[in-house]
Amino acid sequence: MQQALLEVQHVTKVFPGIRALDDVHLSLRRGEVHALIGENGAGKSTLVKILTGVYFPTSGSMTLDGKKISFKNAIDAQQAGIVAIHQEASMFPELSVTENIYMGHHLRNPKTKKLDWKTMYERTQGLLLRMQLDINPDSLVKNLSVAQRHMVEIVKALSLDADLVIMDEPTSALTGREVDDLFRIVRSLKEEGKAILFISHKFEEIFEICDYYTVFRDGQYIGEGKVAESDEDTIINMMIGRSIDQMYPHHEPKIGKKILEVKHLSQLGAFKDISFDLHEGEILGLFGLVGAGRSEVVRTIFGIDKASEGTMHLLGKPFMPKGAIDSMRKGIALVPEDRQRQGLVLKMSLTHNISLPVLTNLCWKGLVTNKKTEAKYVQEHGDQMEIKSAGYHVDAETLSGGNQQKVVLAKWIGTNPKILILDEPTKGIDVATKAAVHEFVCEMADKGVAVILISSELPEILGMSDRIVVMHEGYQTAILDAKEATAESVMRYAITTVQMEASNA
Amino acid sequence: MPDLSFSSFVKKALARREAALTLLLVVLLVPISIRSPQFLSAKNISTILNDMAILSIVAIGEFYVILANGIDLSVGSIIAFTGMATGMINEANPTVSPLLLLLAGMGIGMVMGLFNGVLVAYGKIPPIITTLGTVNIYRGLTFLLSGGTWVTAHEMSKTYIDFPRNTFLGVSNLLWIAILVIAVFYYFSRYTRTGREVYAIGGNPTAAKFVGVNENRVRVVVFLISGTLCGLAGALWTARYASAVNEMATGFEMQAVAACVLGGVNFAGGSGGIIGVVIGTLFLGVVTNALPVIYLSVFWQTFVQGLIILIALTLNTISDQRKTKKLLAQRRG
Repeated sequence: MQQALLEVQHVTKVFPGIRALDDVHLSLRRGEVHALIGENGAGKSTLVKILTGVYFPTSGSMTLDGKKISFKNAIDAQQAGIVAIHQEASMFPELSVTENIYMGHHLRNPKTKKLDWKTMYERTQGLLLRMQLDINPDSLVKNLSVAQRHMVEIVKALSLDADLVIMDEPTSALTGREVDDLFRIVRSLKEEGKAILFISHKFEEIFEICDYYTVFRDGQYIGEGKVAESDEDTIINMMIGRSIDQMYPHHEPKIGKKILEVKHLSQLGAFKDISFDLHEGEILGLFGLVGAGRSEVVRTIFGIDKASEGTMHLLGKPFMPKGAIDSMRKGIALVPEDRQRQGLVLKMSLTHNISLPVLTNLCWKGLVTNKKTEAKYVQEHGDQMEIKSAGYHVDAETLSGGNQQKVVLAKWIGTNPKILILDEPTKGIDVATKAAVHEFVCEMADKGVAVILISSELPEILGMSDRIVVMHEGYQTAILDAKEATAESVMRYAITTVQMEASNA
Repeated sequence: MPDLSFSSFVKKALARREAALTLLLVVLLVPISIRSPQFLSAKNISTILNDMAILSIVAIGEFYVILANGIDLSVGSIIAFTGMATGMINEANPTVSPLLLLLAGMGIGMVMGLFNGVLVAYGKIPPIITTLGTVNIYRGLTFLLSGGTWVTAHEMSKTYIDFPRNTFLGVSNLLWIAILVIAVFYYFSRYTRTGREVYAIGGNPTAAKFVGVNENRVRVVVFLISGTLCGLAGALWTARYASAVNEMATGFEMQAVAACVLGGVNFAGGSGGIIGVVIGTLFLGVVTNALPVIYLSVFWQTFVQGLIILIALTLNTISDQRKTKKLLAQRRG
């Protein structure tokens, strides 16, 4: 085997309260397309950020072409020859292709020190030709298609003379034809002796384009191998292959009557044809990988986003909320995924945060807040969630992630929801708080509340849910009974593109 | 260790913007009053307070707009239009009660604020652009209304002109009105649902949306408050200065914004308080009033005001950064 271009050894990255990467390995050779595979939160993005100089590893070493590397910032990484092409292309829409490509490393005339636009234009044209791309170097980036922008990003990587090109979910926004174009370019990069780190959730792509793969799970290195010598089952088992020995609270479902019926719910560009029923006392898991559209579905049920097609029935009556206030009145609560951005007003006190959804009830004639009632209310629900803080008067931003999550939960249980939607309620929080959240979810279900639980952690979905809806790329691929579901079957539905057909499932 | 606890007390007190500003005010007063002992005379203090009464009313309106992450540049023009309108009403009907004139000013101001608010909330035009347009529209309307002429002192009724000056319990009506406005809005901020929602929208509009706060309603309300208070200020202005001039209150938005920023109101929205705004207004008043005392010409006035805004903003930013660093350190530790 030829000498590795990039060698990552024993790299660990610790964030407060969480080990994002734990002693991982990765080696890439020239002329190789290398797939980095793992569930959400497996540590792929963290490694990319370390390789591109955004994060600094806590420990471990990296070598590029036999030389030790250590980046202080993103520019360092670029100069060393590592360039990442991001999911969301970071470009300047009002500037031309040439200007975008040379942004940050302009060429200057050696004598006059003037920017040498002529050479830059010619080189851009040369690179575009080399990639057989039909793009005018003078056209503004805002006039290019998403796919063309991707290509320009790749050309930018070439202009930097990158040895290692990282592609993070490069095909997520591309159509089938555009994907073929991208793969053609990936192959020509490969022939030029570049190494490509390819991050994707789509197995058919990995099997088509990649030579080699490495699997991460929970921030740890699991294994690697040649794609040609492996099959889907092997890789899936590596992704999920942990025993579900974590303790989940015992939950004996007392399924009541049907409370919510979702039929053919669609939203342009986000998800299509989602149908399921939800019953009182049931925990319905919603599983999918990044980009599956889970959050978008629950945002639509809650009325934050609008559905483009489909119907919903709440307790038998047609239901299509116009906004959060509408669905809240009808007994729906949504604990959003991003607690700092969507769940809390960080600059407000815990008291004010917790009472925000129910201010109308705490007010006299909807006008004047009754401080005593408010304090009592906040105390009651805050204590129920066992929030650790210096008091309810402190600002939400002073709390740890786990305690912030408890504040968000406290904020919502007071609304006495009939349907409780939890979007990644245990993401990034410590084990003790996690257990408390699981306990809380079961308690709510036992009280007859219908729960929709979104999680990227397969064991959590399997351990908590009564039924599981699996999504892939905006489509619903399966509804499974949790008793019969296995980690393998759920993961299989989460990665396979199911052709659209009239399913009666 | 009484010494230690005292210093920690001071530290804690200084962490609050209001206390720090008050202390700075006192520190400033020492050299000024040494230089000119009359500065702290009852008469001069009363002059400063009366001078600042109108600004405090307008600054409170500006405060709510900034709190909801906006800015109202049209305050000066609303004052001019309402001031001119009340002056002309008074000219036409000399017998009308001053209180009715104040209400008329508030009503007109409210409509102008509503227009701003609707453009921002439903037209989705950024507040700075909206009010950059209306500052000119409202000033233009003032000229159209007056036909370019003034309303002078002898064209207005004595009851109207005397109204702000007349005293009740030894305090001028003008000051009483300012105190009333401060009290009402202190209560509004602390004890009403809408008051709370302004903080939520300014602090995190996304999170507010997830709990069903009606963002558009809040945005309209803040401009409505600002417009109404400017209308009140306009009616008082015409009476106090005994004339309605087309150019009145030009550039007054800068003073209103300065009072807010000085009072520790976060320009990005979501934090600040009425007490801070009032102390910020007082601070501006003392500095302006003290310029002649320290032999600085009045021409320096706007220069010094601009300087104060920049210093206050810099301090706000520094203290924010410190706070963030401290929080990060706490979480790591």
